[in-house]
Amino acid sequence: MVRIEDYGEFETAWCPGCGNFGILKAVKQALVRENVAPHEVVFVSGIGQAAKAPHYLNCNVFNGLHGRALAAATGIKLAKPSCRVIVESGDGCTYGEGGNHFLAAIRRNVDLTVLVHTNQVYGLTKGQASPTSDLGFVTKTQPDGVKVAPFNPIATAVALRAGFVARSFSGMQDHLTEMIVQAMNYPGFALVDILQPCVTFNKVNTFAWYKKRCQEVPPDHDPTDWQAAMRLAYEWQERIMIGVIFKCSRPVLTFPQHDGTPRPQALSESMQRYY
Amino acid sequence: MAVPYHAGKKRDRMTSDDFSILIGGEAGQGLVTAGTILAKALMRSGLGVLVTQSYESRIRGGHNTFAIRCAPRPVIAPRETVDLLLALTGDTVGIHQGQMTARGRMIVDTAHGAAESDSCVAVPFKELADKRMFTMAATGVAAALLGLERTLMGQTVNDVLGTKHPELTEANQKVLTDAYEWVGQNGFPKLGPPSARNRSRRMLMDGNEALAAGAISAGVRFCSYYPMTPGSSIMQAMITHAKHVGVMVEQAEDEIAAINMAIGASYAGAPSMVSTSGGGFALMVEGVSLAAMTETPVVVVVAQRPGPATGLPTRTEQADLEFVLHSGHGEFPRALFAPGDVEECFHLTRKAFELSEKYQGPMFVLTDQFLADSLRSAEPFDAANLQTVAPLIASADVPGPYKRYAITDAGVSPRLVPCETPHLVIADSDEHDEEGHLTEDLGIRVRMVDKRLRKGRGICGEVVRPGHTGDDSPDLLLVGWGSTKGSMEEAAAVLRGRGQSVGTLHFSQVWPLVGDLFVPQLEKAGQVVCIESNATAQFARLIRRETGFHISRRILRYDGLPITPEYILRELEALECT
Repeated sequence: MVRIEDYGEFETAWCPGCGNFGILKAVKQALVRENVAPHEVVFVSGIGQAAKAPHYLNCNVFNGLHGRALAAATGIKLAKPSCRVIVESGDGCTYGEGGNHFLAAIRRNVDLTVLVHTNQVYGLTKGQASPTSDLGFVTKTQPDGVKVAPFNPIATAVALRAGFVARSFSGMQDHLTEMIVQAMNYPGFALVDILQPCVTFNKVNTFAWYKKRCQEVPPDHDPTDWQAAMRLAYEWQERIMIGVIFKCSRPVLTFPQHDGTPRPQALSESMQRYY
Repeated sequence: MAVPYHAGKKRDRMTSDDFSILIGGEAGQGLVTAGTILAKALMRSGLGVLVTQSYESRIRGGHNTFAIRCAPRPVIAPRETVDLLLALTGDTVGIHQGQMTARGRMIVDTAHGAAESDSCVAVPFKELADKRMFTMAATGVAAALLGLERTLMGQTVNDVLGTKHPELTEANQKVLTDAYEWVGQNGFPKLGPPSARNRSRRMLMDGNEALAAGAISAGVRFCSYYPMTPGSSIMQAMITHAKHVGVMVEQAEDEIAAINMAIGASYAGAPSMVSTSGGGFALMVEGVSLAAMTETPVVVVVAQRPGPATGLPTRTEQADLEFVLHSGHGEFPRALFAPGDVEECFHLTRKAFELSEKYQGPMFVLTDQFLADSLRSAEPFDAANLQTVAPLIASADVPGPYKRYAITDAGVSPRLVPCETPHLVIADSDEHDEEGHLTEDLGIRVRMVDKRLRKGRGICGEVVRPGHTGDDSPDLLLVGWGSTKGSMEEAAAVLRGRGQSVGTLHFSQVWPLVGDLFVPQLEKAGQVVCIESNATAQFARLIRRETGFHISRRILRYDGLPITPEYILRELEALECT
């Protein structure tokens, strides 16, 4: 049996009180619940404070470039389908710098679990607006408030009919663990957008701000109902829906015919076309 | 500096035993298909063949050409003059008339107002075939005039076009028969080429196809790309083999994704390759740096075309040498190969994989549109007996704790694949410690930079020596790299035929430059001239930077067309070197 200690305890570069701690703990709990050993999983991340999370887990890590985690993870999963691949990065990395890869990864539907830390601000670069910052959000670099409309990751993922779309909050441990477990068990692209406070740079969207708004999706919500999911995806100012927003079944991209041992010796036959 | 392709006066053929065919027409007329059929049939008849394709960046219309030069010996370079012009449009004649040799012939549609003459075969295509089959009829007339056997031609048409649709196959064969009969009835004398001697089985393959085959023979398992001319046909070729040989090929959303996917796949143990052209490579550059920092093997193919920006999308140039050499922020070792012909495309791509897996980092193959699209007859590669690269992956029983970036004398660390052993494989784009975790320990930083750079010594020890032809201490030494190889060697041979002392030095690896391997030869030559398809003599300047040897005489071309032997001879005359 895998124990939580197997994933280690590390000194982190995060601020005391950061939402990242809650996410890290829930990730460990989910791995233990699913009995995944450290050497059986690859965590892939980009750049940012969230992207450091894999370094604080005793596991295989590919900590690549800002915005490009999904692309690297796609290559890892396609090349080695037996690896369990989990992408973990922030909202700036995944929805901003990596926006095109986010769209393509949903369309491609490789079997990836994608955990996005959404705190609506840039932490590592010290407080600029992020793609999810609300209109009017004041920062040092947006002193008149953000004028660029926020990116809605849930609505975008639902619009593209991502196979599994969920949202949770770093302050709700059990709920978050459950969402990560469900995402890990979904065969295909599975998104968990995780709301989290940034205690240093976001004085608006605080722990209390999220706590007050986060409500579990109503028990009668049918996550296979696309229109209902789209409606929930646009809930934001008054209340924010957490839970499984949308689910559907889609073919997963693999290379069954190309997989396994390469057969370079078959090249001679294949080259007959050139004679 | 650059002389337009067609500026030359009517010239006689440079050598007596070769024959040059040019097919001209609009995009969408089936010009490449017609050319490929003729080139393949000529090769099967025993001739050496070399194709030069010139096309515009459009799907229909414009004016494109497909030039086939053939001879009863290997053909190494294109030729500007034309012995047989196959004009698929009325404009073709006017555009290419100036290139015709004294005994050149044109095949022209009577509908374009052509009249029979010594130099013109006027064909009533309307009587020979349905309009959709005009190109096939023209191909048949050309084949008959060239003396290609009817059965050989019929077989080649079926092989190139396939025989899935029996009606179409039958229709093509009927048009061929009618074309042959028409030529026979009119009693035209057989044109060249001279009859052939080499009846051994050979392949007709372009640079990009050879490159893909080389990668497969090396053991490539994962390829990703975003389409960009002239790099795309590498992956097109790869896809035709993919299922058969077990290669994954994925079209990425952009070039950034392509290289990051390839690096991910390589981290997971699959030898990987990406291919692109200048603009696409510009997007990959951060990924190059990632491969270097995470010490992940990846082969990057850059098929050059003229820039800056979108430039001339379908033309040729060698202007990305400096760009590729300096691509990627930070300092790390690399190798750049520049194949000079189809055979080198195959073997140097293999070598790039070998180095990439051995030294765990990005290695480059630099080609260009001319070579990418240049179909050539080639001896079969012994694909069945070539070794695949052995990915340098340490055995599973590495004594713990496993350190992915263990500091070693050679700079190469034991490489494991994740999820295969109980060991954890940690890769980081940040500076990292031996385990792979990010660090800000500046002492480790220095040791890691030194470790990575030490791999450069090993790479230097495996450099491909520049190829030398001609006298050891020639009066004139021509220096070039990449696809100019054949033109340079043919120009030198012409001059030697005139009694001049001429040598050539061709670099098929342009980085690293190991001066001991070539500077003595430069010093022994009377005059040295560097030949490059760019405007700023990038390679000549690189040689000076690395060795101090200054090559002040340069022959440069940057009008988007390939350097030909005639171009070199004209420019040498202008430089008063001949």
